[in-house]
Amino acid sequence: MPTYPLYSDPHADLHTASGRVLGEVTVAATVAGEITLDDLQIDKAALQAQAEIARQAGYDQLAQNLARAAELTVVPRAEIIDMYQQLRPGRSSHAELMALATRLEEVYAAPICGAFVREAAQVYLERNMLRRPPAF
Amino acid sequence: MTNLLRFRALDERDINKETFVEPWPEAGLTVADSPYDPQPSLRIEAGRVVELDGRLEADFDTLDTFIARYGIDLTVAPEAMALDSLQFAHMLADINIPRKTLLRLATGCTPAKLVDIMRHMNVLEMMNGLAKMRVRRVPANQAHVTNRRENPALLAADAAEAALRGFSEIETTVGVARAAPFNALAILVGAQTGRGGVMTQCAVEEALGLRLAMKGLTTYAETLSVYGTEQAFVDGDDSPWSKGFLASAYASRGVKVRFTSGTGSEALMGSAEQRSMLYLEARCLCVTRGAGSQGVQNGSISCIALPESLPGGVRAVLAENLMASMLGLEVASGNDALASHSAIRKSAKLMLQFIPGTDFIFSGYSAVPRRDNMFGGGNFDSDDLDDYAVLQRDMQIDGGTRSISEAEAAEIRRAGAQAIQAVYAELGFPTITDVEVEAAVVAHSSDDMPVRDIVPDLEAADAFLAGDRSVMDVVAALARRGFAQTAENLLTMGRQRLAGDYLQPAAIFDRDFVVKSAINDPNDYNGPGTGYRVSGARWDEIANIRQAKSPRDFIADRLGLPIDGLDPYGPAKRGGHTEVVVAIGPAFGRIITQTIGGIPHEEVLKAVLTGIAEEGLIGRIVRIWHSSDCAEIGHVGAQLSGSGIAIGIQSRGTSIIHRVDLARLNNLELFPQSPSMTVETYRAMGRNAARYAAKKITTPVPVTVDNWARLRLIVKTALLHRKETEEIRQLPPEALRFDWEPEV
Repeated sequence: MPTYPLYSDPHADLHTASGRVLGEVTVAATVAGEITLDDLQIDKAALQAQAEIARQAGYDQLAQNLARAAELTVVPRAEIIDMYQQLRPGRSSHAELMALATRLEEVYAAPICGAFVREAAQVYLERNMLRRPPAF
Repeated sequence: MTNLLRFRALDERDINKETFVEPWPEAGLTVADSPYDPQPSLRIEAGRVVELDGRLEADFDTLDTFIARYGIDLTVAPEAMALDSLQFAHMLADINIPRKTLLRLATGCTPAKLVDIMRHMNVLEMMNGLAKMRVRRVPANQAHVTNRRENPALLAADAAEAALRGFSEIETTVGVARAAPFNALAILVGAQTGRGGVMTQCAVEEALGLRLAMKGLTTYAETLSVYGTEQAFVDGDDSPWSKGFLASAYASRGVKVRFTSGTGSEALMGSAEQRSMLYLEARCLCVTRGAGSQGVQNGSISCIALPESLPGGVRAVLAENLMASMLGLEVASGNDALASHSAIRKSAKLMLQFIPGTDFIFSGYSAVPRRDNMFGGGNFDSDDLDDYAVLQRDMQIDGGTRSISEAEAAEIRRAGAQAIQAVYAELGFPTITDVEVEAAVVAHSSDDMPVRDIVPDLEAADAFLAGDRSVMDVVAALARRGFAQTAENLLTMGRQRLAGDYLQPAAIFDRDFVVKSAINDPNDYNGPGTGYRVSGARWDEIANIRQAKSPRDFIADRLGLPIDGLDPYGPAKRGGHTEVVVAIGPAFGRIITQTIGGIPHEEVLKAVLTGIAEEGLIGRIVRIWHSSDCAEIGHVGAQLSGSGIAIGIQSRGTSIIHRVDLARLNNLELFPQSPSMTVETYRAMGRNAARYAAKKITTPVPVTVDNWARLRLIVKTALLHRKETEEIRQLPPEALRFDWEPEV
């Protein structure tokens, strides 16, 4: 397991989601237009490693959050914002939330996030937090 | 009614601009113990919480459900809930019980249990607990940088200066929401110019905040607000699940988050459900931890005036911070929004976080003047920076900042403003002129900035947010324009996202751009000699505020060559009854030649002798060698005086009129306020001494009393006295001839 901080651990094997290693992310390469914003995308393995580091230090809930985050690394930026919006109270029907959960599980292989959304759907149903017709 | 003038003076005081009310639990206006607060309880059946703080599962609201599933460690809960709250409180205050022990137990507590523990603690015990439970070993500080005109050059200059001053995080916000991408950009560029590794954020609506982070314009997010009742939570447009998802969304891009909560928000939003502020905050904290946030900004924050209107409000705010740190959450501990009109009150409140030290003592400290602070004024602002630096120096406390010189500030402000100017030019944003850059360097507030048309800025900001350009284009722009270090720092912040190290609890980057968090820099305080202690280079930095100077040449301008014509002629003897002895200290007129107030000793002698002569007597000068003490100088002089009256004068100018039969420490008149004395005072002193000698009725010389003089001049006083004491010789009093005659 890599040691903390991963940034300075040569064994951490950090690379961008597009496959570049850390050392390739340079100012010169940026000026040359070779590096894009996608090259700053943390990959799943690094987040899973951070989740494990948090867990071993006794921060279990943070570890769970980082495990969800690891799943979400593959979700495009725009869609992740949409997903969040759908989860806000009063935005979605129960069926829409279930569809969101399924999408997370099936398209993005994100079972922890999928379960999290299913759980929210059930609570929203019980607590009247699903989308309602406009009040006026 | 009798009109007491002292009460009218009290009415005029700043403290009486505040509102103070009695508790009213039904309206949520009680800080720590509402009669409607539940008793702690937890029932677990088959690994499932079926009762939480007196409420059965069937009646759970969203917060209860979330806390039951994520906010309590059920393996620890039976032990933690069975532990007597008083004993728990003891363990928190006891420096011998390590942080780890309490962290484990606290994770098994329900919200009501946390509040029940706080009930037993006074502020001193809480501060002790907080010093131990703070997540990071070294405390830090956060700055607020905003301005009413959303001026980018000024934002960048202020961020650069705040970074140089040592703030580890900088937060901005907007007056106009559309300005968000540009404000975030300005403080990002400014901060990375001031010091690489300072983290920045922009407080805006949640979804917009996430977009800014994803573009790389912010490096953390803080204002993920949670509330202690379901209704307030929904009014805040979130649920615990959506907040939890949002936290994961940020982390999925390698961006740190910190949730926000605080006492009073639910009452302010009209849905406190009759609960105390502290109980609702405990619920917030259990949700925050449950959602996996590494930390929280709490301590009432923008609602601070509400708990402060109630008895025990400031104590409850400290209890919030402590509960959060017990739960292992990084705490950015408030002290941000304007909390009091009274400088005494706001400073006193600060001490509760400043002395124990928190992960971020302020969340944040207004690095701009109050008028420009868009977060609610700023309880401490840029005009208080020297005060704050002195507080650190006074108490040897690391408050997360350092004092900088005017030249350093000018240099870094210019560099920050020029960097954002370059970015705007390179990316085709509305021009930032050289005039604006120079105005930003020297400005006190945005009032000192040239008028800038905000409309084109907002249009460009809209396009920037909607388009594909990101922080990478900013890095390239900076590099192309020659801002190599700022570009490198910006990109390093980006590269850090790939590692995710700063997602761990209480992470900051130190001055070497190395991450420091609960993982590699956990708080290990366990009493004296342990934990973080201010020492070495950091102590030197705190001690060396910009105003500090060497005391070695402090009194140089009071020293000089011996008075011409003042010559010794042997041991002093007792004289005739028409004389007044003028007894002077060992250094008088030979080493020290001016009083502390700058009157030449020669003038002092002439004035005294003239005064004596005006009453028809003769002044005879005697130097006392064996003492530098004013009373002793006067007393010995009186023994030698034929009339029994003497004036004793120390070199710094402090004087006494003494009479032979009085005890050494008694006197006829004492002139302790040497800085306020004039030549005329010395002359009047001479007249009065002569009148005492002639046994005439005498009115004491009126003296000006300046109570600030001692405060201003105490170091000089000490050094002048030290100098005089150095001149003490074990010699008898010496007669002096003064080659000068008064004209009377």
